[in-house]
Amino acid sequence: MELVCPAGSLPALRAAVNAGADTVYTGLRDATNARHFAGLNFTSQSLAQGIEYAHARGRRVLMAVNTYPQPKGWRQWTAAVDQAAALGVDGVIIADTGVLGYAADRYPELPRHLSVQASATSAEALAFYREQFGIRRAVLPRVLSLAQIAAAARDSEVEIEVFGFGSLCIMAEGRCLLSSYATGESPNTVGACSPAAHVRWQDLPDGGLETRLNGVLIDRFQAGEHAGYPTLCKGRFEVEGRIGHILEEPTSLNTLELIPELLQAGIAAIKLEGRQRSPAYVSQVTAIWRAAIDAARANQRTYRPQDDWQRTLAGLSEGSQTTLGAYHRPWQ
Amino acid sequence: MNLAPRLSVGPCQYFWPRQQVERFYAAVADGPADIVYLGETVCAKRRELRPEDWIGLGRDLARAGKEVVLSTLTVIEARSEMGVVRRLCTNGEFLVEANDVAAIKILHDAGLPFVTGSSVNIYNAATLSRYHRLGLRRWVLPIELGREALVSILAEAALPAVENEVFAHGHLPLAWSARCFTARYHDLPKDQCGLRCIDHPAGLPVHTREGERFLTLNGVQTQSGCVCDLLPAWRDLADAGAGILRFSPLPEGTIEALQALRRAIDGDANALTALAERPAETCDGYWFGQPGMVRRLSTI
Repeated sequence: MELVCPAGSLPALRAAVNAGADTVYTGLRDATNARHFAGLNFTSQSLAQGIEYAHARGRRVLMAVNTYPQPKGWRQWTAAVDQAAALGVDGVIIADTGVLGYAADRYPELPRHLSVQASATSAEALAFYREQFGIRRAVLPRVLSLAQIAAAARDSEVEIEVFGFGSLCIMAEGRCLLSSYATGESPNTVGACSPAAHVRWQDLPDGGLETRLNGVLIDRFQAGEHAGYPTLCKGRFEVEGRIGHILEEPTSLNTLELIPELLQAGIAAIKLEGRQRSPAYVSQVTAIWRAAIDAARANQRTYRPQDDWQRTLAGLSEGSQTTLGAYHRPWQ
Repeated sequence: MNLAPRLSVGPCQYFWPRQQVERFYAAVADGPADIVYLGETVCAKRRELRPEDWIGLGRDLARAGKEVVLSTLTVIEARSEMGVVRRLCTNGEFLVEANDVAAIKILHDAGLPFVTGSSVNIYNAATLSRYHRLGLRRWVLPIELGREALVSILAEAALPAVENEVFAHGHLPLAWSARCFTARYHDLPKDQCGLRCIDHPAGLPVHTREGERFLTLNGVQTQSGCVCDLLPAWRDLADAGAGILRFSPLPEGTIEALQALRRAIDGDANALTALAERPAETCDGYWFGQPGMVRRLSTI
């Protein structure tokens, strides 16, 4: 099982490789990928250096071109695919049907991975992308349970990659427009959710704090309360007189304890979220997952996540809580 | 100037008791819509009507002169759900609206033409052309795209036979999840939800903590808090290439809105005025390249 780690910069890429990533995934410094944040990501030059560094150590580099271009952006997105091919990446991660077609037609030898942003949840959907575009691998949405993932892996002729750790999207990826409803910009269109340019932090006279997204009140914190970034789905709102996290508590996904089950299900790769995080974060998380996968491979029956791994991961998580997400759902 | 747009009634996004569904579609049958989309697109557990019931309802509406299209589930997780999608796709009678790539695959394999719903991401001409080669006959513009995208996609794709539909009225479907937010609100696990959505025929309204209507919870779907209302802009939509304008069913007001737009298209300059006096907060930003929640047009 391949360990696929995030890098939003050359130092993070080196950190991932040094800590034991089999593969590092990256993106260019623009809206062509789903982590389009200020100061983050790669230029052609830095990506070329990163690929050289990884290849010299026998590791792979993927590039995400996984947002949805509109006609005015089409050439920028196809240029990103051209760059990926010219730089010699080991695969491109794509969500848009038009971009997939472009990559398949122009660069049939360049491996294509279906992005989680394409939200392929069934064997039929995976078969469609394989038949039409020859995808090698698909990243499954975080909405599926382990049983559903295992079924998809069994029924599908493409490799299956799943998320193992990191921020948790509670909506089906590529099918969430909450951000553009409030700000005009969404993961699909610009590669960012609840973009920072629309965020306002306002101190209150009583020592509290309000967070707003394009004027919409997302949350209100008391003095001393931990104030999280105002991602729309993690705000506190009111429904019929009750106030709370009506969509989701701020938690992170952590499936370290499920590694043996993922191995048995025939999952080809585990992906760690967090291209927006620091090299230090990438290094710590990668090292733990490297050790855990190696331990589970050595003996699936006796494998248990070590307490200090779980403590470290919990400390690195958003809201300092972790969850198995949908993976351990017994029901449909 | 394009031809007068046709009017469609999109699939009902809410979970209504069977009698309410039948009453609504009886009114639709007598109303001015040209096209009616039928089926459960949100949650597979909602079974007041089974696929056979929807097909029977479709026959009634076809007899009343409506073009009928069957709509498929949007987020498909279980094999049993795929069985229902397959049953609708191979109904042998009516055109099908695919709301997921899995349905496109089934329809393409069967050599059948199809419509794509707004949750199938067609953001550029290359994507539209690809689906057209596979059998797409009509598509609904994705919710977050607007006039500029529609015009440029149509100009580039140059597929004159393809029909273009735009979501013009109703609560916007904004997000889909495997989690059920209505069950969460009622503090129930999703697998024991008691089908509580049936108690919320217009969904559960979500307000910010300063009282602004923001979103609507509808089971695994999250909708806009405001009603999208592009009716005053109907000429602009038609000029941009929208040959079909979609009304998404509301418990109240959809039939009246259809009738008002029909009268406006037929030349009654005051037809939309009375509609504008209704209390619902409305939005139209996406069409104009703005945040979806924004209201650009004056109410009339």
